[in-house]
Parts: sequence; C-alpha cells; structure tokens
Amino acid sequence: MKRVIETKEVQGQSPNYLLAKFQDLVDWAVNSSRANSLWPMPFGTACCAIEFMATAASRYDFARFGMERQAFSPRQADVLICAGRLPFKLAPVIRRIYDQMPQPKWVISMGACASTGGIFDNYAMVQGIDTIVPVDVYVPGCPPRPEGLLYGVLLLHKKIKGESLFDRVPRREEQLLDERGLRLPPEQIDEISEPFGNSVHQFRSA
Amino acid sequence: MNPTVDALRATFGSAIGRGLESCGDTIVYVAREALLDAMTWLRDTPQQGYDYLVDVTAVEYRDRERPLEVVYFLRSLARRADLRVKVELDPRGDLSVDSVVPLWHGADWLERETYDMFGVSFRGHPDLRRILMWETYAEGYPLRKDFPLRGRFSRAEQVRQALGANPEAHYSMEELSIAEAYDELPADMKERLRRGERGKLPDSE
Repeated sequence: MKRVIETKEVQGQSPNYLLAKFQDLVDWAVNSSRANSLWPMPFGTACCAIEFMATAASRYDFARFGMERQAFSPRQADVLICAGRLPFKLAPVIRRIYDQMPQPKWVISMGACASTGGIFDNYAMVQGIDTIVPVDVYVPGCPPRPEGLLYGVLLLHKKIKGESLFDRVPRREEQLLDERGLRLPPEQIDEISEPFGNSVHQFRSA
Repeated sequence: MNPTVDALRATFGSAIGRGLESCGDTIVYVAREALLDAMTWLRDTPQQGYDYLVDVTAVEYRDRERPLEVVYFLRSLARRADLRVKVELDPRGDLSVDSVVPLWHGADWLERETYDMFGVSFRGHPDLRRILMWETYAEGYPLRKDFPLRGRFSRAEQVRQALGANPEAHYSMEELSIAEAYDELPADMKERLRRGERGKLPDSE
C-alpha cells in the first residue's frame, strides 16, 4: 500500500502528510466496520453464560452494538467470549477454537474465573485463560452484570478503533513457545497463577 | 433394625458387618469378598427387590485410621425402601472391589467416576478408564486425602499437560479406535483396542 502512494507523490506537498491522512481514512473505515459488526463466539461454561444470555436477550440486547449474529462456529467469529471458569480439560478445546477463528480476532474474558481462576484455585481449573489464549478485555465480576459485559464490549470497540491496518504487529498470528501450545514461559504462568487474596493462606502442599 | 439387615446376616453370616441407622436410612457394612453375592441377593430376592442402583461413590475420612468406604445406594422401587451398602477398604492397601456392572449397567459410569476420583479399581468392570479427568492425567486421584488441593504439578506443567491432551481422548473405546487420538493412547488401551474387546482390566488377566 505504501509503495502505491509514493508513486503518486504530489509535488510541493509533504508526501508523509497525505499518506498519513490516507492511512487514517482507511483505518477509520476498516475499524468502524470491524468494531460495529463483531460476531461473538460464545464460550459459556458456567454462571457467567447466564448473564451473557441476558446480555444477548431483549432487555440489554448487545445487537445494538453490532453483535447481532452470534457465531456458534469459530470459523465465522470475530470475538471469543469466554463466559465462565475454564477447567484444564477444556484448555485444548478453547485453544483449538481460538486457532480456528480467522484474523482479525479478539478475546473477552468474562468474569473472575475466566480472568484469574476466581474462587476455583484448585487442581482442575485454569488460573486465567490468558495462560491459554491472548485476552483483549477482562470483565470483572462474579458474574458481571450485563452492563458490565456491555461496557467490556464498548472497551473492545475502543481498542479496535485504535488499531491500525498498517501496523502489522498486533494482527500477527501468535507464535507459540513449544509444540504443545504453551504461549507464555512456564515461570510467567506460575507467577500469574499464584494465589492471591484469601487463597494465600493455603499452601500447595496442604 | 431394618429386617433386610437381619435377613442379610442370616444368609451371609460373618460377611455382614455392623448395621446402623442414620437419619432414617439403614447402613450395612459388607465384606469385600461377599459384595457381589450380597448385591445379587439383594436385587434378586423377591422380599428385598432392591432393583435400582441410585449411586456409587466412596468416602475417605480425615481420620487416617478409618478405612476408605465404597458406598452403594440401593432403592427398591416397588417397596419404596432405601438401603446403603458400604465396603471398607484399607486406603494404604489394595483398593479393589468387584464391579456391580453385571447387576446394574448404570454402575458403569458411576464406578468409572469413583475410580477416577479415588483410585478404587473395580474388578470385572468392562471399561475402567478415567471419566472426569483426561486419560493421560498423571497427578493421581483428586479426592484422596493425600492429594494437595492445587494438584501435584506446578501450574505451568498443568497447563502444558492439559494443552497436550487431545480433546477427543475421552471418547468411548469404539469412537477412540477411529479418532485422531489413537496415537496418544496408553499402551494398554491400544492393546485392548487391538484385541477388539472392551473387557478386562490389565491386572486381572
């Protein structure tokens, strides 16, 4: 794209200025299209999914924000909404769903359990889905109210509108660290999975 | 005392341990060797008629001296009577009892769950595999008292192993033989699939 612009350089004016304007225009058009027509892939595993359904239903109605069509197939989805706690047994499933979604794609982690493991600091639960897939927006709450999820969606709109088509870095396919699908170094996973709050009074060996 | 307990004692003698009432329910302890006979008798004797197996589970108490109990909840639909049968096992010894799947097919998944969570192996179960945790789960049996709450491995190792598990690996044996997960199965399961039988535990052969 950049090369095309440079060949049509206008004499007497800064080419960078025109280029920047053009890029802004393209970004505005593309990002508005993307942000205002997000197709969510609901990954509801627990009580957050109930609030998610309420958000989708008529009273809160996130179709108002362009999420009219819920894509129950990852191939047609833009944003993965993980609503609820994620057991280790589902970790390869959500990873596969994320890998099947076409770029550009975003992830909303809905609720305390999806974001941090929440009250489930035990042997069966993933301590935050960001150890499995990259997350764009964390919605706190146990479960979050529909307003909370809507606010998260609006934050995602804001994030999408701040992206640039000409910046290749954020839309690159994620490079995994090893063949098993680890996306963070093991030390980092251990660190962000550390207990906090009341959980610090329990010990690993207890 | 519930007449069923007296009738059991009259039939099986010393194989029947103590019987007690708790919250209106009758609990009777049966020796491990006599379990299958006693259950068959409870199901097939017309005066008893305990034809419905409600649940199979196990209990390990915090008191390390107490044995681990495998609990069977029986109900007679016709007589509207409940009975709880318990088998005591030494948690540090051999954790195995006879499977009741030949009597109630519904015991299949219940016994698999008990095996998964407590490590009790049921002799004669047609397909004794983990049911809640994945096939290759290597940290032990989560509901045992010596199992740490957060598991034995570090979080990073748990994430690594979980991501390495094939989502298809909890299919039934028949489905597994055609699924992509076949290559990742433990050797003994491959052997059982190769023989074309769902039968027998590896150690009972």
